[in-house]
Amino acid sequence: MLNEDNDQALLERIRRGDKSACAECVERHSPGVYRLALRLTGNEAEAEDVVQETFLSAFKAIDSFEGRSGLSTWLYRIAHNAALMRLRRVQPDQVSVDDEEVFGEGLDVPRQLHAWCCLPERDFESSEARIELERAVRELPEKLRAVFVMRELEALSTEETAEALDVSIDVVKVRLYRARLQLRERLSAYFTEIARTEV
Amino acid sequence: MEKAACHHLLENLAGYLDGEASAELCAELERHLDGCTDCRVVVDTLRKTSALYHELPQPELPPAARLRLYKSLDLSEFLNSSA
Repeated sequence: MLNEDNDQALLERIRRGDKSACAECVERHSPGVYRLALRLTGNEAEAEDVVQETFLSAFKAIDSFEGRSGLSTWLYRIAHNAALMRLRRVQPDQVSVDDEEVFGEGLDVPRQLHAWCCLPERDFESSEARIELERAVRELPEKLRAVFVMRELEALSTEETAEALDVSIDVVKVRLYRARLQLRERLSAYFTEIARTEV
Repeated sequence: MEKAACHHLLENLAGYLDGEASAELCAELERHLDGCTDCRVVVDTLRKTSALYHELPQPELPPAARLRLYKSLDLSEFLNSSA
């Protein structure tokens, strides 16, 4: 709540043309915007461009920001759109326009059924495991990736994620669930192999 | 994962994991989990998957990229004060 209050005050200063307020906004929100951009594009240079584009667009359009969502949600929305434009340019076939978003239909049935939770902690903390975790997110379908990064990694609420992506709350819930299931399948294959090599 | 009870669990798993399922439904799903090894593995590994991502180190904006960001926004004069 404190951050929201601060953001409101910050917004008013930015609207008055206070450059130090713009700098504060960048300092406060660029880490999250960068993490989102990096995980969406999978590329540091692209992510850097997305961050620049996000703040340039935001400051230009600050008067049209109605404040119905929080400032960070609005910035995530701009960043997501900017990242999506880039993804569509680079990999037009990778950005799907339709997927199943109704619970119970086309249900993802888990196939990996090895219990790998009891592996030693060192197996989860290795640099190889961390690379695998990041790679698994990068290889999720774009729509699932965006929801997973916002909800699970950036800790946005379901409502904030829905606003940032301009989709319904139900769609966010379905996509998050499907993302978790797909990641579980992927990580299960990886950690099951680790478990086998340790026997 | 062939039984109807397993499919019932999967259909309600998202709400169950996020604490949004009713107490009655939770009790029903937990009874199933007590007797179904496959579903127990799925639930445990889903929880572990989320936990692993929460523990993942967060990537940071590289210092050189931060400098370029401030420059592109004509905010270089504030770099030291906000660092």
